[in-house]
Amino acid sequence: MFKIQKRAMGASALVLAAVFVSCISSASAQDAANPSAEPRLSPTRVFAHKSGEALFNNVCAACHMPGGKGAAGAGIYPALANNPKLEAAGYPITVVLHGLKGMPPVGKMMTDEQVAEVINYLRTHFGNSYEEKVTAQEIAQSR
Amino acid sequence: MQNESGSQGVSRRSLLAMIGMTAGSAAMYQAMTSLGFAAESGYTGPIKLDGDAKGASVLVLGAGLAGMTAALELRQAGYKVQILEFNQRPGGRNWSLRGGDTYTELGGATQKCEFDSGMYINPGPWRIPYHHHAVLDYCRRLGVQLEPFQQLNHNAYLHSSKAFGGKPQRIKDIKTDFTGGVSELLAKVTQQGKLEGAVSKEDQEILLQALKSWGALDKDYTYKAGHLTSEYRGFKQDPGGGLTARPIDSEPIKFTDVLNSRLWRSLANFSLYEFQTTMFQPVGGMDMIGKAFAKQLGDIIRYNAKVKAIQQDDKGVTITYEDTTNPGPTVQATADWCVCTIPLTILSQIELNVGAPMQAAIGAVPYASSVKVGLQFKRRFWEEDERIYGGISYTDLPISQISYPSTGYNQGGKGVLLGAYTWNGANSYEFTSMDPVERVRRAVEFGAQIHPQYRQEFETGISVAWHRVPFTLGCAGDWTEDARKEHYDNLCQIDGRIVLAGEHASYIPAWMEGAILSGLDAISRLHKRVLAS
Repeated sequence: MFKIQKRAMGASALVLAAVFVSCISSASAQDAANPSAEPRLSPTRVFAHKSGEALFNNVCAACHMPGGKGAAGAGIYPALANNPKLEAAGYPITVVLHGLKGMPPVGKMMTDEQVAEVINYLRTHFGNSYEEKVTAQEIAQSR
Repeated sequence: MQNESGSQGVSRRSLLAMIGMTAGSAAMYQAMTSLGFAAESGYTGPIKLDGDAKGASVLVLGAGLAGMTAALELRQAGYKVQILEFNQRPGGRNWSLRGGDTYTELGGATQKCEFDSGMYINPGPWRIPYHHHAVLDYCRRLGVQLEPFQQLNHNAYLHSSKAFGGKPQRIKDIKTDFTGGVSELLAKVTQQGKLEGAVSKEDQEILLQALKSWGALDKDYTYKAGHLTSEYRGFKQDPGGGLTARPIDSEPIKFTDVLNSRLWRSLANFSLYEFQTTMFQPVGGMDMIGKAFAKQLGDIIRYNAKVKAIQQDDKGVTITYEDTTNPGPTVQATADWCVCTIPLTILSQIELNVGAPMQAAIGAVPYASSVKVGLQFKRRFWEEDERIYGGISYTDLPISQISYPSTGYNQGGKGVLLGAYTWNGANSYEFTSMDPVERVRRAVEFGAQIHPQYRQEFETGISVAWHRVPFTLGCAGDWTEDARKEHYDNLCQIDGRIVLAGEHASYIPAWMEGAILSGLDAISRLHKRVLAS
């Protein structure tokens, strides 16, 4: 977990440097300066990130928090770390694509590949070790 | 309330009759709508709960506008009322952040608002349409002073990072040049006889006259640089006095550039019914409304009460809650009836014995994502340098818009801008995922592309990402049409002794009017039920 966060911070530092150098639109500046960098802010209303890690840090972490540790106020955001509900891949697929209670269907703003990436990332990080990967095709069939 | 407009000497009804005779029924319907006959608000004045409630008791859950409206009116009708509220303040999403306030979001990040005295930001609702009759009526009854909120300022900007080299354009220029270009084209087509069949000969003449006046066309029906167009879009050098008096005309933007800029997309923000002038804001911050309700209600509001369970049987309702200043032990409160305004994000996690249809409805509504950032600057450069007094600039950057304060104009000194306002979409989630300091820093970076003065003048900022707000876990109910068909009525029906209210139980989600109307509708049905029981 420590490693992951360090990597994420390193990426955003690069992004920042790019924004300072050329004050054009964020995403294009980032891409020009470092084509492999993931955008911190997507150029359109759908998510532009490719890797599961970047998708997790920019989408899931909004509510489930960095490291998937969850949060509690008047209600809770369940922790995704060490979460046995992730064992059956169909569960996170359904939740990401269709939402659950107050949770919006964020998968509608992702491609099938992105949904697969973020679920595969989540199921193999933060104390979850479910190595069997889900495919974009499975995602397409569950939409 | 709807029939108070006789001051012009012509009553609205006779005016409508005139329009109907001269312009046909479509125009009459349009006029009716705009005059408030056809699309009327559900609010017709103070609620009347006649009949003896015989001292029945009601627990209201949530001291937001829905809950406080319900409590105020039920108490007035003779009920014994108590409110349980999670926060240590009234208002819920009716909320303002001022200098000295601290705010801790989910995840634990705490921000101290460093604004100067008198400066504030409204993280939630921030403007009141003229047709939100219930909000306006409660403001009047509770003595909340209002001032105009500028939605449209012709001198604010429309900005695209992909058009005009990223240089922001004045709204008046895009609006005038777009209208002018469209008018010229339509006039051309009309003159070429291409509207034959669609528009009568006589109407074509009228149409040409209308296009001339609407689009600032010259005698040849062209839209081009000159005194006439400058009268609409402004001058390169304004008319003056003495030897520097002679005005210099401005140069319209080429129509193809206007079209390709896509900046016209933002013009709908000035046309949509919900954003039409006049809009209002309370003087001194939106939370003046919540505070005014709470002042009336006094000590019937119990703060710091976190509801854990809502149980009903044929005798009454029992609420189990925790005092958040003394976590651990739970307390119980009982009443005959319950009005529950807890956001569905949270209610869906609370133990609650209602029937399956309401339970399904409670779990069927995702909550919208929204982020706001307030930025304080050393001086009001938007007024001093750019002559922007209130209003909103729209941009394709992730901050989406910059809103200038609709108060304290032209007096110099400091000011607070709304420096970002996202609503759903990728950027809203991405901003939410950042820590609050990064949100502010990025809002400043993006805003500097529109106002380079940001770099020199920025002092301090604060951000609220609604999915990280501990008392809502989201901004507002984000209904789909399908979900409404299936669940809305079930959400609003009284279930035994429990009825739900809040913006989520309205057709005006995310607006204060929806919260109040929902509260009024819920208690009017509940009262009938009580009288019948």
